Amino acid sequence: MSVPVEATGGEAGAKRKLFGLRLSVTQRGILIAIAIFAVMFAVYGWKQPVGLTANVINTASNKGALLALVAMAQTLPVLTGGLDLSVGAIFVLANCLASSIVVGDPVSTTLGIFGVLLIGLLCGTINGVIIVYGRLQPLIVTLAMGAVYFGIALAIRPQPGGSVNFELADFMTRSTYAIPHSAILLLLVVIFIWIPYRRSVLGRAAFAIGSAEQAAYMSGVPIDRAKILAFALSGLLAAIGGLLLTAITYSGAAKISIANDYTLNSIGAVVIGGTSLFGGVGSAIGSIFGAFVMRTVGDLLIVFDINPVLQPLFVGIVLLIAVCIGSLRVLRIKNKLDLYR
Amino acid sequence: MVDVVLRQFDRATLIAFGCIVLLLLIGALAEPAFLSPKYLIQQIHVASFLGVVATGVMLIILLGHIDLSIPWTIAVGGMMATGAAGILGPELGVTFAIPFGILCGAAIGAINGLGVAYLRAPAMIFTLGMNAVAQGLMVYHTGGFAPQNRATEFMRELAVGHLIPGVPNPVLIWIVLGAVTMFMLNRTTLGRQIYAIGNQERAVFLSGVDTRRVILICFVISGACAAATGVLLAGWANRSYQAMGDPYLLPTIAAIILGGTNVLGGRGKYIGTVAGVILITILQSMLSVVQPQRYFAQLGLDMPADVFRQIVFGLVIVAMLLLYGRQKLVR
Repeated sequence: MSVPVEATGGEAGAKRKLFGLRLSVTQRGILIAIAIFAVMFAVYGWKQPVGLTANVINTASNKGALLALVAMAQTLPVLTGGLDLSVGAIFVLANCLASSIVVGDPVSTTLGIFGVLLIGLLCGTINGVIIVYGRLQPLIVTLAMGAVYFGIALAIRPQPGGSVNFELADFMTRSTYAIPHSAILLLLVVIFIWIPYRRSVLGRAAFAIGSAEQAAYMSGVPIDRAKILAFALSGLLAAIGGLLLTAITYSGAAKISIANDYTLNSIGAVVIGGTSLFGGVGSAIGSIFGAFVMRTVGDLLIVFDINPVLQPLFVGIVLLIAVCIGSLRVLRIKNKLDLYR
Repeated sequence: MVDVVLRQFDRATLIAFGCIVLLLLIGALAEPAFLSPKYLIQQIHVASFLGVVATGVMLIILLGHIDLSIPWTIAVGGMMATGAAGILGPELGVTFAIPFGILCGAAIGAINGLGVAYLRAPAMIFTLGMNAVAQGLMVYHTGGFAPQNRATEFMRELAVGHLIPGVPNPVLIWIVLGAVTMFMLNRTTLGRQIYAIGNQERAVFLSGVDTRRVILICFVISGACAAATGVLLAGWANRSYQAMGDPYLLPTIAAIILGGTNVLGGRGKYIGTVAGVILITILQSMLSVVQPQRYFAQLGLDMPADVFRQIVFGLVIVAMLLLYGRQKLVR
């Protein structure tokens, strides 16, 4: 089985034509996510009484970028064939920490930002080290470590509160010429973290591990380092998300419901973005649009005047539809044996 | 006969039971009341709620899948049972409250099973979606009209009463359910098929087993068990409420894994799950009895009790897994 490379092909070179374009499985996934998002957002803008003003776009972008960052964090472990159930907890931990240390004059604020990002990186690295050297399942390790990180977040901020450097928070959540700064933040993350990672040896190794770990090992792929890096970067991305959350809410809160909500929605966003939960196929760019799709569901409920408490129902239905569409391959399979692993 | 019993106790189970004894001894040093029969019975009583839901989820994990719809399936079980009088009418509603609640849970399990077995959707994401859908339906249910959310007499009796003096009813239910599950896993074709599918579904399919049906059955059982826990919890608290299942997802999975069941499926003994459930329950109870936050309060640090519960809980799970949950090296 070939190692899936985004530019040249997907699993076993499965290229299919879409509108006359030759696309890899990953690229097709990203395009579908973009299309769903575009349609949903267009409907939202059309039904919105004030239209798509810069303000409306900015609010939508801020909300979407939060989940998008956590979803990107989730994508990296998923690509290696693992899963990270602690992204929500790291996100909340970063939020609580940022509401304590990203304050004061520019110097201490800058140091605070580095502190938050470093803690995120550290949490992710701990996950990775336990999984690789402890030889344990990512699912259960991140579930347990998520509880630990959430406990630390609660210790930092027993009651919701705290504050954040106002200029920084305002700058992160504003928009310039109708371009939301949170969207620019996402673009910067893609350019400076995702693309270099995707093109690095360890990044390609992560895809190889996700496709076939045994084969990757036999080919001399640095499995251990690649896995640890994937989890470490996942922690870093979740911490960036936590930083943005602090900028949006101007405070920190250790709520288990926030952690769970973001963890679960991030998995949904990853799937809608075209990343395979079995690993080896996908992209963090798809996850960004997956996250925006998940968040637009809530906005659509509001403009269609549906009770917002029903949001879980619609998010759940969108998730189920997304997996069912993915399952249509069942109908195309000629050899029934291919259904079973 | 002896070797049949002995075979149930693998290394993980023995370590888990050892840890239970160790925890009780440490607890007894801090608080002598820890070893009193009253406290132990109470712990088993609390553990039985977790035990019932873990029974169903264990089957799913043995298959190599996972059921993340547990929290809201529990809530559906509790809320549908207490709300049955409002849906089925006062006469039928009281009589069939419990079967109705469990049936609703089984229905959620059936949809999960259809998605995972027939559509071949990844169980993780499909059950996650079902969890959200169940949550939405319950919110709709309570938002649409005021439901009757009191537990019926019989539900209360089932959750807090004693059919045999000294043994709370939920413990009795757990023992019966556990015995049936152990018999099913060890002595029936279905049990063999569950273990075999967890090891390699392809081979089982080629052996002429309708593997999809087996997966469907297990998800239905899992949904029914979770709903049954919801019914018991509703009886225990004398009412049902929205987030009643939320504290159960992590402990359920942790208990099963600590009991030595392989997360990837195919290996694991029910008695291990029993040990895991008791271990988790005692650990949680110990942390609320010992109250480490008091020591920190003396140092001038104000920390909620939940801080220690979460951190110790997570670290203990990782430490126990490092003891016996390690996989073979890739070679």
